[in-house]
This record gives sequence, C-alpha cells and structure tokens, in this order.
Amino acid sequence: MTDTVLHLDRISKRFGALLANDAISFAVGRGEIVALLGENGAGKTTLMNILFGHYVADDGSISVFGKPLPAGQPHAAIAAGVGMVHQHFTLADNLTVLDNIMLGTEKLWRPAARKAQARQRLTRLAQDFGLAIEPDRTVAALSVGERQRVEILKALYREARILILDEPTAVLTPQESQSLFATLKKLTAQGLSIIFISHKLNEVLSVSDRILVLRAGKLVAERKTRETNRQELAELMVGRPIAEPKVEPQPCGEVHIEIRSVTTSDGLDQASLTLHGGEIMGLAGVSGNGQTALANLLSGLSRQASGSLHIFGQDAGNWTPDRMTIERIARIPEDRHAEGLIADMSVTENVIAELYRDPSLNRHGFLDWGKAHEFAKAIIKRFEVKCPSPQARVRLLSGGNMQKLILGRTLSLDPRFILACQPARGLDIGAVTYVHQRLLAARKAQASVLLISDDLDEILALADRIAVIYRGRISAPEPRKAVTIKELGLKMAGHGFGEGEAHAA
Amino acid sequence: MDALDILFSASLWAAAIRIASPLIFATLGELISERAGVLNLGIEGIMTVGAFAGWFTVYQGGDLWLGVVAAALAGSAFGLLHAMLVVPLGLSQHVTGIGITLFAASLTYYTYRLAFPEVTSPPKIEPFAPWPVPVLSDIPFLGEALFRQTPLTYLAFIAAGLVGWFLYRTPAGLAVRTAGENPAAVEAQGIDVTRVRIMAVVAGSALMGIGGAFLTLSAFNSFYFEMVNGRGWIAIALVVFGSWRPGKALLGALLFAAFDAYQLRLQQLAGIFVPYQIFLMLPYALSILALILMSRRASYPRALMIPYRKGER
Repeated sequence: MTDTVLHLDRISKRFGALLANDAISFAVGRGEIVALLGENGAGKTTLMNILFGHYVADDGSISVFGKPLPAGQPHAAIAAGVGMVHQHFTLADNLTVLDNIMLGTEKLWRPAARKAQARQRLTRLAQDFGLAIEPDRTVAALSVGERQRVEILKALYREARILILDEPTAVLTPQESQSLFATLKKLTAQGLSIIFISHKLNEVLSVSDRILVLRAGKLVAERKTRETNRQELAELMVGRPIAEPKVEPQPCGEVHIEIRSVTTSDGLDQASLTLHGGEIMGLAGVSGNGQTALANLLSGLSRQASGSLHIFGQDAGNWTPDRMTIERIARIPEDRHAEGLIADMSVTENVIAELYRDPSLNRHGFLDWGKAHEFAKAIIKRFEVKCPSPQARVRLLSGGNMQKLILGRTLSLDPRFILACQPARGLDIGAVTYVHQRLLAARKAQASVLLISDDLDEILALADRIAVIYRGRISAPEPRKAVTIKELGLKMAGHGFGEGEAHAA
Repeated sequence: MDALDILFSASLWAAAIRIASPLIFATLGELISERAGVLNLGIEGIMTVGAFAGWFTVYQGGDLWLGVVAAALAGSAFGLLHAMLVVPLGLSQHVTGIGITLFAASLTYYTYRLAFPEVTSPPKIEPFAPWPVPVLSDIPFLGEALFRQTPLTYLAFIAAGLVGWFLYRTPAGLAVRTAGENPAAVEAQGIDVTRVRIMAVVAGSALMGIGGAFLTLSAFNSFYFEMVNGRGWIAIALVVFGSWRPGKALLGALLFAAFDAYQLRLQQLAGIFVPYQIFLMLPYALSILALILMSRRASYPRALMIPYRKGER
C-alpha cells in the first residue's frame, strides 16, 4: 500500500448492551478495493455509518487524507471526499436524475439552481466513467441497476475519492452485478478507493484486493484476496467450520407436478415443467421473467388461460390457495415481509395463518389459543427460531429468524411439494446453510422442491435438475452435472428460446 | 340575461378571480407543506386565525399591509405548533391537524369575544380598495376582469409564481421536494430533514394566514364567525387536483372560483324554480367530479404523512 487515504483508529460503538464495533482499526490505500465481509449484524453497516457521520463513535478516531474527520457530520465526510452508496437507495423516485444528483450540492439559499452547468458536469462524468444515464428521466422509470448508477454518479459528482458501497449487489441481477464490478475497476484505475461491504463470498473474492472480516463487532481477520479462499473466509465469518450442503444422489419418485404449456395473463407463455418426488428442481432466471407468475400459479393465486396443471395426479387447474394447503403444498414466498409474514402480529398468529381453520386448533368454533401457542412453541424449538416468546411481534425478529419461522410453518406440515422462492435472499451464511439443509431434508423425505432463485450458486449447489425461465417460457430441464454457469447465463439472457424451440419443448 | 350571457360578462370573471384569491394563498401554503411530506389539516383554523389577526391589527389602527404581515405571523405560529408536533415528535398528521384547526378557530373566537364582549354587529374597517393597473385595466373585457382587483389579489398570483420558482428552480426548493419524496436522501446529503420540513410547514402556514386575511382585509371589511367556511378544506382538495404543482393548483382554484361566481349569478336568474341550495352545491359537486377525472393518475409525494426518524428505514 503506497498512500493511505483513510485510516480508522480503534473505533468503538455501543448500542445499549450490544457492542456493535469493538476497537476496529484499519487503513485503505489509494486505488484499492477493500471488502468488508461479515454476517448480518457483524457491525459492517454501523462502522460505515460512523465513517459517514450518521452515527458518532463512542471511542476512536478517523482520518481522511491525513486530516482528522469531525464526528457525526455527513457534511464533513462528503467534503472530505467520502461518498456512500446505501443499501437502500437514497433517491427520490418522482424527481429526475439531475434533481437527485444536484440535491445538497449548492448553498440552500441560492435564488436559482445552476441546472445547465450541473447537467454539463454530469454528462462529462458519465462519459469519463462509462456510466450512461439520461439526466432528465425520473428515477421511478429506471431499473435497479440504473438507479445504482445514479447513486454512484451522485457520489462522484461530489468529488468522492473514497466510495463506500453497502451491500451493492443485494438488489442486482447477476448481469448487473458484473457490470457494477467492471465499473468499480474503472473507478480504482482512476485513483479512487472503494470499500465494498458484503456477505457474499464469491463477489468479495472476485472484486476486492484485500478482505477484512468482521464478526460480532470485532475485526477478526485481514487477508489478501489472492491468498485466501471461499472456505477459509466462510469459517472466519461464521467463526466455526461450515459444511457445504451435500446433495446425495437418490432416485426420484413419481410425478408430483405437471405443468403443460400453461399461459397466464400475468406472464407465463406456454410454460411446461414436470417435477418428481424426491427431486429439487432449480429454476434460474433474471427476476421479472415470469417467476412470480409461476409461483402464483402453483399456489392457487392465479389461473391458467390455457394449458393444464396437474398436481399429484389430479387436475389442479381450479384449486384455491386453501386447497393447495390442504394438499400439503408448502410455500416459501419471495418477499417474506410483504407476503410471508404480518410484521405487527405475534409469532403465534403468523404461525397459524395457514392452519387456523384446522379442527385441531379450534374448540366450539373458537380458536384455541392454548393449543396455538403450543404449536408455535414447538416450531420455535424445532426450527431454532430466536424470539422472546410466541407472543412477540414478528417485526422484532431478524431476517434469518423470520425465514426460519416461515420454514417452520410450512415444513412442520410435512409437505409433499415445496415452492421455495428466493428462500435464502438476504440471509447470512449460517441461516442460508440452515435453509438449505431443511430443503435437502424435505427432498430426502420424498418431497418435491421447486427452487426459484436468481442466485446461480444456490441453484448449482442444491438442484438435481435445472431449468431456466425467460419471458414466461421454461427451458427443458437438464441434470445439474450437465450444465455450466456459462450456459445458464446465456439461457438467462434468452439464448435458445427461439419461437420454434420453445414450442417443441 | 340568460345563463349563457353570464359566462361572457367581465364581471363574472372579475368575481371569479376575487373569489379565487384566498384559495390560491391557502392552496399554495398547503402545497408547500405537502411537498415537504407534511399534511396540514390545521389549514381551516390557521386561515381563521389569519383572518382575525389581520383584521384586528387594522382595527387597532395598523396599516393594511401591517395587517397582512400580522396574519402571516399568526398563521406561521400555529404552523410551527403543528410542525413541532408532527415532525420531531412524529404524531399522526391527520389527528394533529384537525386538533390545530379546532384549537386555532376556537381560540380566535374566544379572543374576539374578549376584545368585543358587547357588540352585536361586527365592527368594520376600511379594507383594501381595488387598484386598477395603469394601461392594462383599460383593455376591454380583460382589463375589467383581471386588472381592477385589490393588491392582495395581485399578490396571490405573484405568490403562485414565486412558489413555483422556489420549488423548481432553487436548491432549497429541491430539498423541500426531496424531503417529501425520500427524506433519507436529504439526510444522506447532510441536510437536516426536520428543519426543512418545519420550515416548509411554517412558510406554508404563513400563506394560509394571508389567505384568511384576504377575507377580512379585501373581500369583506369585518370579522365574522365561521367566515372561512370550508375554504381550507377546498384548498386541500385543490392541492390534489393540481397534482401538487403550483401552476395546476392555481388553475384549479380559478376553476372552482368560476363555478362559485357562476352559481351566485344563476341563483338570481328569474325562471324555473330550483332551490338555491342546488346552486350552492354546484361548485362542490363539480370539484368532486373534476377530482375524479384529473387526479387519478397524480403522483403524490411518496413520503407524505410518513414521519421521518433518523437512522430508521
């Protein structure tokens, strides 16, 4: 490392009883990409919020380009050349790109903003860094990847020399992630330094120069990216050896799900797919290509306009969501906050959401809360959900524990078919491993699993066969061993989905 | 004179513009506040306060313009109260706003009774006189309709232009608009969201106060109970009608006022017997219709009515 641009010295921050950052020190050099790796709650975001002035550290100091940075002033951080791209974009949807970028760059009481000048500068910046953007479009009309570009340009516009990216790929498709990485390389080539916060090992390994591992508020390790590997990082992050999921070969059973050239109004286009018991079918695809439509179809939320759907040998074309539950079809919804759980209701109420009409939970037409709480307690215990009590509001649970609760609710019913939509999204390694183990256990019990995911690693790790969904069509599934990432990537981009082929499949 | 002739009389349009003036002030005030993300249902009460404060200042011997300033200050004081409750404390904006309206109006009537315990007929002042704009007021039709108004009416139109300029052309206006869309974005740029919102509510309330004062200092010459008469609520609808844009809101206010002026004249037409309440209802019924047609696709400020707390997502 030649010139140090940023130096953090023994930063500590305490939230009540929780020590979020414990005397963390490190330095970042010019033109370097440093990855800050750690599980959810390891203290990465807290640390960066301190650096950016959103929080004030209890102890320790920060210097930028050799000058001490005053604590708790985002203004000072921006002026010192620190730019931050938050995990949740801080953009105003109904305003234009230019407005979003200009916000806060001029003295508030100027009688008129210098829009023309700003537009010129933005265009030049966009050209210099290869970040194409139209200044006059409203942010609402942009894709997620484009919005991130706006965030990066926003920082560059403020002459950021140190760029902090908080979980930048959480919302990106694999393609968008790749283009982001290319951008980052371009930025460092021009002398910028980047701090890349992530819990995804592959990304960290492919993009960074150096990796700092945070665990429970402490900086536990520092590695040169060239000199480390996935396994070591995972163990450093979690603090114990991690077993990668083992998929043991097993013969698959009878046909469970048979979709035959189904078209729906919400996005499926003559899609066909067959699933067997004891099999995990991985469905890859860029999000928005009909995954939601397929999930809706298989959970009884929508009907096919043409084609047929058979489940367990019966015509399921007009099954209601209720009937699906009765037939022991388990759903892990894509968005656990919006569809999976009701945040302001208790753990018990959420756990019985699919079951409350079941005779076992009712007495004389009234809910038997005693039994409901028992049922909830059993799930909490069996699925290791960390929560204060069954009466606790779900809002208080962490993402991982919410997902465990959903798993518990669906898997405790001994399902025959599991519709798993993005089951590991936003979870840390520990929780991901747990979810995967549960899915594999269900597979072993001869359940069929449809794993819809935009994380190719996840699909390649778990699935017996893999299909790709593109614009509402589903490719013919292939055994996992027969496909490569490259082939999948091409299919996800629409190769091999020509008119004739799709109909033939 | 029949119903159609009325439409082409300059006096109708002069009246429409007169009636629109307090609505324009009030609508602009509400618009600034909502653009920053704060619904201000205190508007009806704040207008009452403004009407009284302006009139009372003049009654006590103050200049008419001093009355306008007093109305703005009184309005902003109640705006500040609303802002403190809903912005830093994050209370429900509906409930607080209705509370402010009830409180402000009652306090005004109470003060009025304290000041004038005995009077039965309201004391009068000398209000703003029409000020014909030189040259322009001589244009046939247009001159009579537009340019023989009182100074406060001209001020209303100037205010609309200034608010538009402020929101769309100045850095501070951009901060206000962003605070109403995504306050986190404002915070991320090191600008204090709380301060932006409070100032927007206070400034908006000052305009509402002036809107109220228009009634006592320009339209009439004394203060009556219930004289604001729902104009604040109309302003809230006009903000939606105008899709939160000053220009469209101004048009909305004019449209509503034109209906109102028209129905007043229709009432006086000799002809078939229709209860006059039908005419009174007309502008409101038409505004509901216009709202349905115009604002279904309006994009409201995303953070409207959502309290912002630092560090929360």
